[in-house]
Amino acid sequence: MAKECRRPKALTDTPFHYCPGCTHGIVHRLVAEAIDHLGIREKTVGIAPVGCAVFAYNYFNTDMLEAAHGRAPAVATGMKRVRPDNIVFTYQGDGDLSSIGCAEITHAANRGENITVIFINNAVYGMTGGQMAPTTLLGQVTTTSPYGRDPKDSGYPLHMAELLATTRGAAYIERVSAHDVPHIRKAGQAIEKAFRYQMEGKGFSMIEVLSTCPTNWGMTPVQAMQWVKDEMVAQYPLGVYKDLGEKEA
Amino acid sequence: MAKVIFNHQACKGCGLCVSVCPKHIIALSHEELNEKGYAPAECTDEAACIVCGFCATICPDMAIEIIEE
Repeated sequence: MAKECRRPKALTDTPFHYCPGCTHGIVHRLVAEAIDHLGIREKTVGIAPVGCAVFAYNYFNTDMLEAAHGRAPAVATGMKRVRPDNIVFTYQGDGDLSSIGCAEITHAANRGENITVIFINNAVYGMTGGQMAPTTLLGQVTTTSPYGRDPKDSGYPLHMAELLATTRGAAYIERVSAHDVPHIRKAGQAIEKAFRYQMEGKGFSMIEVLSTCPTNWGMTPVQAMQWVKDEMVAQYPLGVYKDLGEKEA
Repeated sequence: MAKVIFNHQACKGCGLCVSVCPKHIIALSHEELNEKGYAPAECTDEAACIVCGFCATICPDMAIEIIEE
Protein backbone atom coordinates (compact mmCIF):
# COMPACT_ATOMS: atom_id res chain seq x y z
CA MET A 1 0.00 0.00 0.00
CA ALA A 2 1.25 3.46 -0.86
CA LYS A 3 2.23 5.84 1.88
CA GLU A 4 0.43 9.08 2.44
CA CYS A 5 0.71 11.42 -0.55
CA ARG A 6 -0.32 15.03 -0.07
CA ARG A 7 0.70 18.33 -1.58
CA PRO A 8 4.31 18.97 -0.44
CA LYS A 9 4.95 21.96 1.84
CA ALA A 10 7.55 23.21 -0.64
CA LEU A 11 4.76 23.93 -3.15
CA THR A 12 2.31 26.81 -2.82
CA ASP A 13 -1.44 26.32 -3.29
CA THR A 14 -1.30 27.99 -6.72
CA PRO A 15 -2.59 25.62 -9.44
CA PHE A 16 -0.06 24.95 -12.22
CA HIS A 17 -0.73 26.71 -15.53
CA TYR A 18 0.79 23.79 -17.48
CA CYS A 19 -1.16 21.99 -20.20
CA PRO A 20 -3.04 18.80 -19.26
CA GLY A 21 -0.63 15.88 -18.88
CA CYS A 22 2.54 18.00 -18.88
CA THR A 23 5.28 16.36 -16.84
CA HIS A 24 6.44 19.72 -15.46
CA GLY A 25 3.84 19.22 -12.72
CA ILE A 26 5.27 15.81 -11.85
CA VAL A 27 8.84 17.12 -11.66
CA HIS A 28 7.78 20.16 -9.61
CA ARG A 29 6.27 17.73 -7.13
CA LEU A 30 9.40 15.56 -7.06
CA VAL A 31 11.61 18.57 -6.37
CA ALA A 32 9.25 19.80 -3.65
CA GLU A 33 9.09 16.35 -2.06
CA ALA A 34 12.90 16.15 -2.01
CA ILE A 35 13.10 19.59 -0.36
CA ASP A 36 10.48 18.57 2.22
CA HIS A 37 12.16 15.25 2.91
CA LEU A 38 15.58 16.83 3.47
CA GLY A 39 14.01 19.54 5.65
CA ILE A 40 15.69 22.38 3.73
CA ARG A 41 12.67 24.42 2.64
CA GLU A 42 13.52 27.39 4.87
CA LYS A 43 16.98 27.78 3.38
CA THR A 44 16.40 26.85 -0.25
CA VAL A 45 16.63 29.38 -3.08
CA GLY A 46 15.27 28.36 -6.47
CA ILE A 47 16.22 30.02 -9.75
CA ALA A 48 13.36 30.08 -12.26
CA PRO A 49 14.14 29.87 -15.99
CA VAL A 50 12.55 31.33 -19.08
CA GLY A 51 10.25 28.89 -20.84
CA CYS A 52 7.13 27.09 -19.73
CA ALA A 53 8.46 26.92 -16.17
CA VAL A 54 8.94 30.69 -16.02
CA PHE A 55 6.25 30.89 -13.34
CA ALA A 56 8.08 28.40 -11.11
CA TYR A 57 8.46 31.25 -8.63
CA ASN A 58 4.69 31.14 -8.12
CA TYR A 59 4.72 27.43 -7.42
CA PHE A 60 7.72 26.67 -5.21
CA ASN A 61 7.18 27.72 -1.61
CA THR A 62 10.85 28.64 -1.22
CA ASP A 63 12.76 31.81 -1.94
CA MET A 64 12.84 32.22 -5.71
CA LEU A 65 14.69 34.33 -8.25
CA GLU A 66 13.93 34.79 -11.93
CA ALA A 67 16.90 34.71 -14.28
CA ALA A 68 17.27 35.92 -17.87
CA HIS A 69 16.90 33.22 -20.50
CA GLY A 70 19.54 30.54 -19.97
CA ARG A 71 21.37 32.43 -17.24
CA ALA A 72 19.99 30.53 -14.26
CA PRO A 73 23.32 28.76 -13.53
CA ALA A 74 25.14 32.13 -13.53
CA VAL A 75 22.58 33.60 -11.12
CA ALA A 76 22.78 30.45 -9.00
CA THR A 77 26.57 30.78 -8.92
CA GLY A 78 26.31 34.27 -7.49
CA MET A 79 23.62 33.29 -5.01
CA LYS A 80 25.54 30.26 -3.77
CA ARG A 81 28.83 32.14 -3.42
CA VAL A 82 27.23 34.99 -1.50
CA ARG A 83 25.04 32.70 0.64
CA PRO A 84 26.97 29.41 0.83
CA ASP A 85 24.73 28.09 3.63
CA ASN A 86 21.66 28.25 1.41
CA ILE A 87 20.65 25.42 -0.91
CA VAL A 88 20.45 26.75 -4.46
CA PHE A 89 18.79 24.97 -7.35
CA THR A 90 17.89 25.92 -10.90
CA TYR A 91 14.95 24.51 -12.83
CA GLN A 92 15.50 24.78 -16.58
CA GLY A 93 14.06 23.48 -19.81
CA ASP A 94 15.99 22.33 -22.86
CA GLY A 95 15.59 25.56 -24.80
CA ASP A 96 16.87 27.43 -21.77
CA LEU A 97 19.70 25.14 -20.68
CA SER A 98 20.98 23.48 -23.84
CA SER A 99 20.54 26.33 -26.31
CA ILE A 100 20.83 29.92 -25.13
CA GLY A 101 22.21 28.87 -21.74
CA CYS A 102 24.75 26.35 -23.03
CA ALA A 103 27.71 28.54 -22.04
CA GLU A 104 26.43 29.23 -18.53
CA ILE A 105 25.64 25.62 -17.71
CA THR A 106 28.91 24.31 -19.15
CA HIS A 107 31.06 26.74 -17.19
CA ALA A 108 29.04 26.37 -13.99
CA ALA A 109 29.61 22.61 -14.22
CA ASN A 110 33.26 23.04 -15.12
CA ARG A 111 33.84 25.35 -12.17
CA GLY A 112 32.18 22.76 -9.96
CA GLU A 113 29.73 25.24 -8.50
CA ASN A 114 27.98 23.64 -5.55
CA ILE A 115 24.47 23.94 -7.02
CA THR A 116 21.74 21.55 -8.15
CA VAL A 117 20.33 21.79 -11.66
CA ILE A 118 17.02 20.21 -12.67
CA PHE A 119 16.98 19.96 -16.46
CA ILE A 120 13.68 19.22 -18.22
CA ASN A 121 14.30 17.76 -21.68
CA ASN A 122 11.17 17.49 -23.80
CA ALA A 123 12.89 17.95 -27.18
CA VAL A 124 11.07 21.16 -28.18
CA TYR A 125 10.64 24.79 -27.20
CA GLY A 126 7.31 24.48 -25.40
CA MET A 127 6.28 27.99 -24.44
CA THR A 128 6.88 29.62 -27.83
CA GLY A 129 4.95 27.03 -29.84
CA GLY A 130 6.96 23.85 -30.29
CA GLN A 131 9.97 25.01 -32.31
CA MET A 132 13.00 22.78 -32.85
CA ALA A 133 15.43 22.75 -29.92
CA PRO A 134 19.02 21.45 -29.83
CA THR A 135 17.58 18.36 -28.18
CA THR A 136 15.00 17.65 -30.91
CA LEU A 137 15.34 14.09 -32.22
CA LEU A 138 16.45 13.37 -35.79
CA GLY A 139 13.40 13.23 -38.03
CA GLN A 140 11.18 14.81 -35.40
CA VAL A 141 8.58 17.16 -36.84
CA THR A 142 8.32 20.53 -35.13
CA THR A 143 6.96 23.89 -36.25
CA THR A 144 10.43 24.89 -37.51
CA SER A 145 11.35 21.45 -38.89
CA PRO A 146 8.15 20.56 -40.75
CA TYR A 147 9.89 17.80 -42.73
CA GLY A 148 11.61 16.38 -39.67
CA ARG A 149 14.97 17.39 -38.19
CA ASP A 150 17.65 16.95 -40.82
CA PRO A 151 21.23 16.72 -39.47
CA LYS A 152 22.58 18.35 -42.64
CA ASP A 153 20.69 21.53 -41.78
CA SER A 154 20.49 21.56 -38.05
CA GLY A 155 22.96 19.09 -36.61
CA TYR A 156 22.35 16.35 -34.14
CA PRO A 157 20.53 16.13 -30.80
CA LEU A 158 22.67 17.60 -28.04
CA HIS A 159 23.32 15.22 -25.15
CA MET A 160 23.77 17.50 -22.18
CA ALA A 161 24.21 14.82 -19.52
CA GLU A 162 27.05 13.19 -21.46
CA LEU A 163 28.56 16.58 -22.29
CA LEU A 164 28.59 17.87 -18.72
CA ALA A 165 29.85 14.54 -17.39
CA THR A 166 33.12 15.26 -19.21
CA THR A 167 33.75 18.37 -17.09
CA ARG A 168 36.05 17.77 -14.15
CA GLY A 169 34.02 20.01 -11.87
CA ALA A 170 30.78 18.04 -12.06
CA ALA A 171 30.05 15.76 -9.10
CA TYR A 172 26.83 14.05 -10.07
CA ILE A 173 25.11 13.82 -13.47
CA GLU A 174 22.19 11.49 -14.08
CA ARG A 175 19.52 11.19 -16.75
CA VAL A 176 16.12 9.95 -15.61
CA SER A 177 12.67 9.89 -17.17
CA ALA A 178 9.14 10.74 -16.05
CA HIS A 179 7.24 8.51 -18.45
CA ASP A 180 5.85 5.94 -16.01
CA VAL A 181 5.44 5.32 -12.30
CA PRO A 182 8.69 3.35 -11.65
CA HIS A 183 10.74 5.91 -13.56
CA ILE A 184 9.04 8.80 -11.76
CA ARG A 185 10.01 7.21 -8.43
CA LYS A 186 13.59 6.75 -9.64
CA ALA A 187 13.65 10.36 -10.78
CA GLY A 188 12.52 11.45 -7.32
CA GLN A 189 15.38 9.51 -5.71
CA ALA A 190 17.91 11.05 -8.11
CA ILE A 191 16.65 14.57 -7.43
CA GLU A 192 16.87 14.03 -3.69
CA LYS A 193 20.40 12.67 -4.06
CA ALA A 194 21.41 15.73 -6.06
CA PHE A 195 20.18 18.03 -3.27
CA ARG A 196 21.93 15.86 -0.70
CA TYR A 197 25.21 16.17 -2.60
CA GLN A 198 24.90 19.93 -2.46
CA MET A 199 24.23 19.82 1.30
CA GLU A 200 27.37 17.72 1.68
CA GLY A 201 29.35 20.20 -0.40
CA LYS A 202 30.24 17.71 -3.11
CA GLY A 203 29.78 20.18 -5.96
CA PHE A 204 27.80 20.55 -9.15
CA SER A 205 24.94 18.13 -9.79
CA MET A 206 22.48 17.96 -12.67
CA ILE A 207 19.47 15.70 -13.13
CA GLU A 208 18.16 15.57 -16.70
CA VAL A 209 14.52 14.48 -16.77
CA LEU A 210 13.07 13.24 -20.08
CA SER A 211 9.66 14.87 -20.25
CA THR A 212 6.66 15.29 -22.49
CA CYS A 213 5.07 18.15 -24.39
CA PRO A 214 1.73 16.65 -25.48
CA THR A 215 0.43 19.95 -26.86
CA ASN A 216 3.36 20.71 -29.17
CA TRP A 217 3.97 17.08 -30.07
CA GLY A 218 0.32 16.82 -31.15
CA MET A 219 -0.34 13.81 -28.97
CA THR A 220 -2.55 12.87 -26.06
CA PRO A 221 -0.75 12.82 -22.70
CA VAL A 222 -0.80 9.00 -22.69
CA GLN A 223 0.60 8.82 -26.26
CA ALA A 224 3.29 11.34 -25.28
CA MET A 225 4.41 9.16 -22.35
CA GLN A 226 4.62 6.21 -24.73
CA TRP A 227 6.65 8.31 -27.20
CA VAL A 228 9.18 9.16 -24.49
CA LYS A 229 9.46 5.47 -23.68
CA ASP A 230 9.80 4.34 -27.31
CA GLU A 231 11.73 7.18 -28.96
CA MET A 232 13.39 9.47 -26.45
CA VAL A 233 14.83 6.85 -24.12
CA ALA A 234 16.40 5.15 -27.16
CA GLN A 235 18.08 8.40 -28.19
CA TYR A 236 18.87 9.61 -24.67
CA PRO A 237 19.96 6.56 -22.63
CA LEU A 238 19.03 6.73 -18.96
CA GLY A 239 21.59 6.29 -16.25
CA VAL A 240 24.28 7.84 -14.09
CA TYR A 241 26.92 9.59 -16.20
CA LYS A 242 29.07 10.82 -13.38
CA ASP A 243 29.00 10.25 -9.64
CA LEU A 244 31.92 11.21 -7.45
CA GLY A 245 30.04 9.51 -4.63
CA GLU A 246 31.73 9.32 -1.30
CA LYS A 247 35.23 9.79 -2.71
CA GLU A 248 35.48 13.57 -2.82
CA ALA A 249 33.46 15.17 -0.08
CA MET B 1 -6.75 2.79 6.46
CA ALA B 2 -5.46 4.87 3.58
CA LYS B 3 -7.85 6.37 1.07
CA VAL B 4 -7.47 7.94 -2.37
CA ILE B 5 -9.13 11.33 -2.77
CA PHE B 6 -9.82 12.91 -6.18
CA ASN B 7 -9.96 16.69 -6.29
CA HIS B 8 -12.19 17.29 -9.29
CA GLN B 9 -11.48 21.03 -9.53
CA ALA B 10 -7.70 20.52 -9.72
CA CYS B 11 -8.00 17.86 -12.45
CA LYS B 12 -7.24 18.69 -16.08
CA GLY B 13 -8.59 15.43 -17.47
CA CYS B 14 -5.25 14.34 -18.96
CA GLY B 15 -6.08 10.69 -18.31
CA LEU B 16 -2.61 9.61 -17.14
CA CYS B 17 -4.10 8.15 -13.95
CA VAL B 18 -6.59 6.18 -16.05
CA SER B 19 -3.69 4.70 -18.03
CA VAL B 20 -1.68 3.53 -14.99
CA CYS B 21 -4.44 2.17 -12.72
CA PRO B 22 -3.78 -1.59 -12.38
CA LYS B 23 -7.39 -2.22 -11.37
CA HIS B 24 -8.89 -0.17 -14.25
CA ILE B 25 -11.24 1.64 -11.91
CA ILE B 26 -10.48 5.25 -12.86
CA ALA B 27 -12.50 6.95 -15.57
CA LEU B 28 -13.00 10.50 -16.83
CA SER B 29 -16.43 11.79 -15.91
CA HIS B 30 -17.86 13.43 -19.01
CA GLU B 31 -21.24 14.03 -17.35
CA GLU B 32 -20.10 16.85 -15.12
CA LEU B 33 -17.25 19.10 -16.23
CA ASN B 34 -15.24 21.00 -13.63
CA GLU B 35 -14.78 24.78 -13.40
CA LYS B 36 -11.90 24.68 -15.89
CA GLY B 37 -14.09 22.80 -18.37
CA TYR B 38 -12.25 19.49 -18.14
CA ALA B 39 -13.77 16.06 -17.62
CA PRO B 40 -12.33 15.14 -14.22
CA ALA B 41 -11.03 11.72 -13.25
CA GLU B 42 -12.93 9.75 -10.66
CA CYS B 43 -12.83 6.33 -9.09
CA THR B 44 -15.64 4.11 -10.31
CA ASP B 45 -15.26 1.38 -7.69
CA GLU B 46 -13.69 2.48 -4.40
CA ALA B 47 -14.09 -0.98 -2.88
CA ALA B 48 -11.74 -2.42 -5.53
CA CYS B 49 -9.00 0.18 -4.91
CA ILE B 50 -5.76 -1.28 -3.55
CA VAL B 51 -4.26 2.17 -2.76
CA CYS B 52 -1.14 1.44 -4.81
CA GLY B 53 -0.63 5.17 -5.28
CA PHE B 54 0.18 4.93 -9.00
CA CYS B 55 -2.47 7.52 -9.88
CA ALA B 56 -1.19 10.00 -7.29
CA THR B 57 2.41 9.43 -8.43
CA ILE B 58 1.74 10.21 -12.08
CA CYS B 59 -0.79 13.02 -11.60
CA PRO B 60 0.87 16.24 -12.83
CA ASP B 61 -1.52 18.49 -10.93
CA MET B 62 -1.68 16.81 -7.53
CA ALA B 63 -5.41 16.32 -8.02
CA ILE B 64 -5.08 12.92 -6.37
CA GLU B 65 -4.07 12.58 -2.74
CA ILE B 66 -3.65 9.58 -0.49
CA ILE B 67 -4.62 10.23 3.10
CA GLU B 68 -4.51 8.09 6.22
CA GLU B 69 -7.86 7.90 7.95
